[in-house]
Amino acid sequence: MGRFSTEIWQSLGLTIELASLTTLILLIVGTPLAWWLARSKSFWAEAVAALIALPLVLPPTVIGFYLLVLLGPSGPGGLLASLWGGRTFAFTFAGLVVGSVLWALPFVVQPIRNSFVTIGNRPLEVAATLRASPLYAFFTVALPLARPGFLTAAVLGFSHTIGAFGLVLIIGGNIPGRTKVVSALLFDYVQASRWREANQLAGGMVMFAFAVIILLTLIEKCCGTRRT
Amino acid sequence: MLRNEAHVRTATPGRIEIAFKRQLGSFPLDAQFSVPAKGVAAIFGPPGCGKTTIARCIAGLEHLPDAFCGIDGELWQDETMFRPPHLRPIGYVFQEETLFPHLTVQRNLLYGTPKGEPMLIVFEKVLAFLGIAPLLDRSPAHLAGGERQRVVIGRALLSQPKLLVMDEPLAALDRCAKREILSLLECLQKQFALPMIYISHDMADIERLADHLVITDHGTVTAAGPLHVLQTDPALPLAASREAAVSLDAVTAGYDRRYGLLILSVKGARLLVPAAPLPPGVHQRLRIAASDVSLAREAPLANSMLNVFPARIKACLPLCPGELTLLLGLGSGGSGAEILARITRFSFDTLGLENGMDVFAQIEGVSLLTVSGPPLPAITASTPAEDAGQESAAA
Repeated sequence: MGRFSTEIWQSLGLTIELASLTTLILLIVGTPLAWWLARSKSFWAEAVAALIALPLVLPPTVIGFYLLVLLGPSGPGGLLASLWGGRTFAFTFAGLVVGSVLWALPFVVQPIRNSFVTIGNRPLEVAATLRASPLYAFFTVALPLARPGFLTAAVLGFSHTIGAFGLVLIIGGNIPGRTKVVSALLFDYVQASRWREANQLAGGMVMFAFAVIILLTLIEKCCGTRRT
Repeated sequence: MLRNEAHVRTATPGRIEIAFKRQLGSFPLDAQFSVPAKGVAAIFGPPGCGKTTIARCIAGLEHLPDAFCGIDGELWQDETMFRPPHLRPIGYVFQEETLFPHLTVQRNLLYGTPKGEPMLIVFEKVLAFLGIAPLLDRSPAHLAGGERQRVVIGRALLSQPKLLVMDEPLAALDRCAKREILSLLECLQKQFALPMIYISHDMADIERLADHLVITDHGTVTAAGPLHVLQTDPALPLAASREAAVSLDAVTAGYDRRYGLLILSVKGARLLVPAAPLPPGVHQRLRIAASDVSLAREAPLANSMLNVFPARIKACLPLCPGELTLLLGLGSGGSGAEILARITRFSFDTLGLENGMDVFAQIEGVSLLTVSGPPLPAITASTPAEDAGQESAAA
């Protein structure tokens, strides 16, 4: 533990903060979006789904570039930032959160949408014949039944945020303590041939990722056995 | 035409009035009927003829324009308004299993119970009636088919409905569970006095349960009325079918202990049926199949048959080149209960039978459909609960 430099600790904390906040926002934004995509039959749903899926096929630098333009001083992000007296969202932690959310959105929306589709209409119809308003049925039936989808979504959202590199480099600017997350720090170490630190960081990341996935699998297994 | 009708129509108290009309996929749906909001009204028809769609329209799960749905004086849908399903006091039992897998039996049961309203159907009564008290903490995954269906029925009852809609509730059950749920449904009628719409393609279930019948064919309602009337209507396919039978409501009139015979009185006849003793005055539903009734010109002298009655031929329906179904009115003059008889055309001609003729009907088989307790409320209230409790304890 003590062998890690403050630099690593700082960046580790920042990464976890970024991934947690991003996952939280993703679940809040992604759930209604996935619900609408799962139930709407209009063409627009497919168009929106395609738009959300863009990060799956685009290089992260492309997304990073457009976000830089949008969030920068002359874009709408800059206008928004001026309300708080700031100049730009680019190269800030907030900008990084916005970027990460867009970057990981397909990984969160897709599993939730799939589980809503799998549940189908029937449980909600049953709830409706039992006096449940659509909103009440959503919270008491659709959400609990879609729980496996939410767990998958959370794991994927979290890990993809940690794994983002090209995007955070472009819109974060690699500023220590503000936007220098672990993946960017690792890049720095490798550039500077600091293999020992690079090893520590990379190895730590592998172990962390492994632990998170194991933990979530166990939680799901536990809930599963309790339920049946 | 429907448009104008719907404009002036209001929901009539004591009636279930339905008018749904729509082109649905391959066939047109044209369901217009009115049945009393009391007892069991069965919707009968072959599978895939739009029965479920009618039920879904009544529940508001399907929204057809220009439709009318009035339930016991409450308007649920007309041209100008549509009450969403969660605002309709309906208890709906779907064809397949629909318990919420993430909730225990108890939380499933209470899911639809309105909060802060007086409960007419109380939790304890439903538990006792269905015999599901030992299941409360279980998860639906650990229930047998029959147990699951009991919980589903309990959940529907506890949502305090004014109308029960059952869409083939026995479809997913094995034979044993089917029998168990069917007798439960019979008792349910006596215990909770809720109007019920029962959807089935199985005439045997309907003969046991229904008071009224709605016949559908390819999405169109072809007839609606009291069960017994439709069973014997010469214009309808039921009377002329191979499985033709009549359901009669009889009252016990005594018991012959020496021979173990129950005396049942219907209009125009007193039937003797080997059965367990019952006190007089109990209502029993009987089924007499057309194939179990034969005819004689004169009163037979020596005969092993118990039930021979004077009757009058009221109609002759050709069944196939060799056979006929006859509609008979029991009693002299044919003024009593109506039954059906299936005989060969050969016998018909040899005996010189003709429409309007007075004959003797020999009834070879009478099945008792209801096995109910006496109509004293205190006793009926405990009997089914005990039965159900014993059954589930044994299971």
